[in-house]
Amino acid sequence: MTAKKELQVRAIKNGTVIDHIPADLLFKVINILELDKCSTSVTIGNNYKSDILGKKGIIKISEKFFEAEEINKISLIAPNVKFNIIKDYQVVEKSVVEAPNNVEGIVKCMNPKCITNVEEVYTKFKVMSSSPITLKCHYCEKITDHKNITIK
Amino acid sequence: MDNRSLVSIDDYTKEEILEVLNRAAEFEKNPNSNILEGKVISSLFFEPSTRTRLSFETAISRMGGKIVGFTDASSSSTSKGETLNDTIKMVSNYSDLIVMRHPIEGSARWASEVSDVPVINAGDGANQHPTQTMLDLYSILKTQGTLENLNIFMVGDLKYGRTVHSLLMALSHFNPTFHFIAPVELEIPRAYKIFMDKNKITYHEHTEFNSIINDADILYMTRVQRERFADPLEYEKVKNVYILKNDMLKDTKDNLRILHPLPRVNEIAIDVDANPKAYYFEQALNGVYARQAIIAKALDL
Ligand SMILES: [Zn+2]
Repeated sequence: MTAKKELQVRAIKNGTVIDHIPADLLFKVINILELDKCSTSVTIGNNYKSDILGKKGIIKISEKFFEAEEINKISLIAPNVKFNIIKDYQVVEKSVVEAPNNVEGIVKCMNPKCITNVEEVYTKFKVMSSSPITLKCHYCEKITDHKNITIK
Repeated sequence: MDNRSLVSIDDYTKEEILEVLNRAAEFEKNPNSNILEGKVISSLFFEPSTRTRLSFETAISRMGGKIVGFTDASSSSTSKGETLNDTIKMVSNYSDLIVMRHPIEGSARWASEVSDVPVINAGDGANQHPTQTMLDLYSILKTQGTLENLNIFMVGDLKYGRTVHSLLMALSHFNPTFHFIAPVELEIPRAYKIFMDKNKITYHEHTEFNSIINDADILYMTRVQRERFADPLEYEKVKNVYILKNDMLKDTKDNLRILHPLPRVNEIAIDVDANPKAYYFEQALNGVYARQAIIAKALDL
């Protein structure tokens, strides 16, 4: 690890550092985790150089720890994002996102003739495959694949 | 939500399919009864489908039930901008059961979750039409004496035909061997092939429609429609290939029966109608008995 990376990760005392976010997906991640409603301090950085991603984003949230369910929502758009749990300036746990079994309310069904795109219906999907992510709509029963996933 | 609803054919287990088919046979013996006396059934057709609606209304009338509803969306409150959610909430207060046809996919599942009474899906766009599947199964059971171990041939538009997909799923409980005969453009979708592979169901695909049908117990015909082809030349090439003519039936099995969800255009030549193996008109009548049984099950009667 370079000194610079360590500094980015360790900049908060307690909380979560979300790393390896593809730069173009940073704001989607912010929306999915509802960070606009977060009351503790949030630091957002984007377009850092990354060997793997080219450009990446990092989010640091003080005094906030996410449930596995919330973390797994991120798998729908960015399967390689890392969540670092920070306690007393130390990384105590690293978790990689995993695909959930069911997805509710986050993703839009790609079928324009689906009731969820016509009326106000909370979307529900069954995860048919986790890599690449493949979702089956609970209502119209059509497949929404990873290329067509859009976040509501 | 009421879990006695029938939205998708997958909502029935194998045992429930057989239970409903046995009940349909009882209704065929004694079609007239009063078991729906005092019950009000809403028949909500957000798009017209005369054939399906008359079949349901006949089924309800023969059981002594009362029908309220509308026959197309222009005479419903939808034309004044009411949501499906609100229509269903209101109607489920009035009635004991809802029969619904709607052009939007997934509308029936949504209605079943909003409604306090069971919902029977009479077709939701290109998605599901489970009562058609039950009448197809009843026709197969009646003509073959069993649903097990049959050679099922499906012909025509296997890509978009929802009746084909639902029948395939339902028959998968009964160890079938499938033969799919279709132009490449309209072959059975990959998702169903994956399903059959996973469930160890034998299937064969063909583009030629010829003497391979001599092995068939059931020949399920569907229509190849011009609008399904991006290239009109491709349609011209295949439009006359998937037409069943009487002389093609001369070496077929005695127990073979020809099914078609109707309406037919030209995919079955008129000379087939007189052949005792043609079953599509009786098949339509079976729909009344199958729907009587489905309604009785939904109401625990
Ligand atoms: Zn959908």
